[in-house]
Amino acid sequence: MAVTTAPERDTGMQRGESIFKNVVRITALSMIVLLVGVIILLAIDAWPAIQHFGFAFLYTSEWDPVFDNYGAAPFIFGTVVTSILALILATPFAVGGALFISEYAPKTVGSVLSFIIELLVAIPSVGFGLWGLFVLAPFMRNSIDPFLRNVIGPIPVIGELFKGPTIGQDLLTASVILAIMILPTILAIAREIIAQVPRLQKEGMLALGATKWEMLRSSVLPYAWGGIVGGAMLGLARAIGETMAVTMTIGNSSQQISASLFTPGYTIASAIANQFTEADTPMYFSAIVELGLVLLLVSALFNILARVMVRRMTRLPGGAAAQ
Amino acid sequence: MKKQALVAIGAVMLLSVGLAFAQDATPEMTPAMTAIPGSGMITGPADGEAQALTGAGSTFAQPLYTSWFADYAKLTNVQVNYQGVGSGAGIKAVTDQTVDFGATDAPMTDQQLSDAQAKCNADMLHIATAIGGVAITYNIPELQSSSTVLKFTPDTLVGIFDGSINTWNDAKLVADNPDLKDIAQPIAVVHRSDSSGTSNILTSYFAAVNSDWKTNVGAGTAVSWPTGIGQKGSAGVAGAIAGVPYAVGYVETTYATQNNLPVAEVENKANNFVAPTVENVSAAAAGFTLPADLRIMIVNGDGDNTYPITGFTWALVCPNQTDAGKALALARVFWWGVHDGQSYNTQLGYAPLPAPAVAADEALILKINVGGKQALPTDIATPAAS
Repeated sequence: MAVTTAPERDTGMQRGESIFKNVVRITALSMIVLLVGVIILLAIDAWPAIQHFGFAFLYTSEWDPVFDNYGAAPFIFGTVVTSILALILATPFAVGGALFISEYAPKTVGSVLSFIIELLVAIPSVGFGLWGLFVLAPFMRNSIDPFLRNVIGPIPVIGELFKGPTIGQDLLTASVILAIMILPTILAIAREIIAQVPRLQKEGMLALGATKWEMLRSSVLPYAWGGIVGGAMLGLARAIGETMAVTMTIGNSSQQISASLFTPGYTIASAIANQFTEADTPMYFSAIVELGLVLLLVSALFNILARVMVRRMTRLPGGAAAQ
Repeated sequence: MKKQALVAIGAVMLLSVGLAFAQDATPEMTPAMTAIPGSGMITGPADGEAQALTGAGSTFAQPLYTSWFADYAKLTNVQVNYQGVGSGAGIKAVTDQTVDFGATDAPMTDQQLSDAQAKCNADMLHIATAIGGVAITYNIPELQSSSTVLKFTPDTLVGIFDGSINTWNDAKLVADNPDLKDIAQPIAVVHRSDSSGTSNILTSYFAAVNSDWKTNVGAGTAVSWPTGIGQKGSAGVAGAIAGVPYAVGYVETTYATQNNLPVAEVENKANNFVAPTVENVSAAAAGFTLPADLRIMIVNGDGDNTYPITGFTWALVCPNQTDAGKALALARVFWWGVHDGQSYNTQLGYAPLPAPAVAADEALILKINVGGKQALPTDIATPAAS
């Protein structure tokens, strides 16, 4: 009996195996179909604008629905500046926080802290937007901005970043909001990665007489660096696409591209959200869809850049030694 | 500071609150208003009438429509589902006939009208439902306790919005407002970031009074603003003005009063400084010879008390209907709206339509037909026409 049932069960299992294999294949392929579908749809609707404006769409800065003249430069500028600045502001806090939680804090404090920080992820972006508009923007206008203008403003070159009148709804405020929003994502990943560092490696360093900081610097951080950069890039991806909170704090002005972070700006995502509903001429509509395509392009570029960076980082002597 | 934040949060919540409030509003609250001839003709359900209609468009008029349709359903059992998706989207939806009627604050362009011909086989009817005034509002802490409001001429107002006047103590502003002479602060201009009928009314006014604005910026629901920061929605603009000292901006009148923001007086064609009161806004239509299709911007009108920054808001209906039940329901609901419904306007911050506009609306509603047969029952239409 065992002889007759065994092959039967085997063919049954084989059938099950192949069904399962096909199911997972379909789920994986459907992702690609979805992405291609989105790109095709955007490209079709954006075609009139692509044809009419060509590459000039990317570097001209006139956005004028009345005279049907569209250039996306201010939006691209705003998107890139706010997301990179947010990343620069958030990463040190995220890495420092992760180090404290996993290496310095007592276990209970660490787990409570990381739970609270991860709760930040659950706050909807419109909540951050409201807070940004009614609490952060006045605070920036009354305290932070004048301080930056008085202290850093007089310094040549860097000072150019902090010039002009302050309204509180500008590139800087939007970047700070974004930094707060992406901080928990980067921190959570950095914490996981740091926890992965082999215990032996750390204890080896301490046994050699290294201080805690020396141990972190030469055995933990090099090991974790690739993962931390990966986490930062996930945060960056969120910052690029973030719409509601930015729209409420950036000032929504496509009028000027200026070095000062106190100028009101505009991002691609907020331009789409603001203007899509009432885009009433075909060219206006098409230009807004093309903005969507450009946003996809910008975030793809950042992703590719991130991959290259992660590969570079892990190839560095420090990283190689850690492995 | 804290109070300002509260006021501003209130502003953002205003739309939802406004809707809730609107549903409570009943016409009994204004018994003093004289009924427009043609009112009281619709008293209950009609045989063969569609029980549900859908509409989409203007957010400017959404509180009014929500209020109208809630009470209209009680009267006739006809449920009208109205979505405030924006004027542009409303025009698109009615052009594609995905809704029974659209609503807009900017009349359809000739191009849009000819696009709509494809499915409708006629020009979309523009049934005016209310007149709205755009208030100029500001936040100058030093003047908060002052009993006088700022006065703007067409020149100073355009100057502020095109960036040529950028401090509050500019000599041109001080000439009409002596209180401003010590306010050496930059002006923070706040405008709408989304496309809006409110922006269309303001920029149409600017284009009417200033030829430079007309050629450089133009008029439209979304324009390339020469200066300032953008905020989404009237509630967003009101909130930003309440929160940013030395800000100035424009909102539909209701939003200014509900946020306790001061409303400036604007110099009209007759050289009087006037506020956007219901009477002054309603007077705006009087100075114009209304075209039969009612597609007209009524900015900078004649008249001693006319507030110059005003505009109609319209419902868009295709005259050639295919479904008799829907045609009947559409004709009846808008007949009711432009007559009985006008008593709601004042409470919600809109001005009621003047008699010539109501007469033009009546003629438009009579054009709603199924296969050439007038949809509105003759017993409703006749008394008013006589």
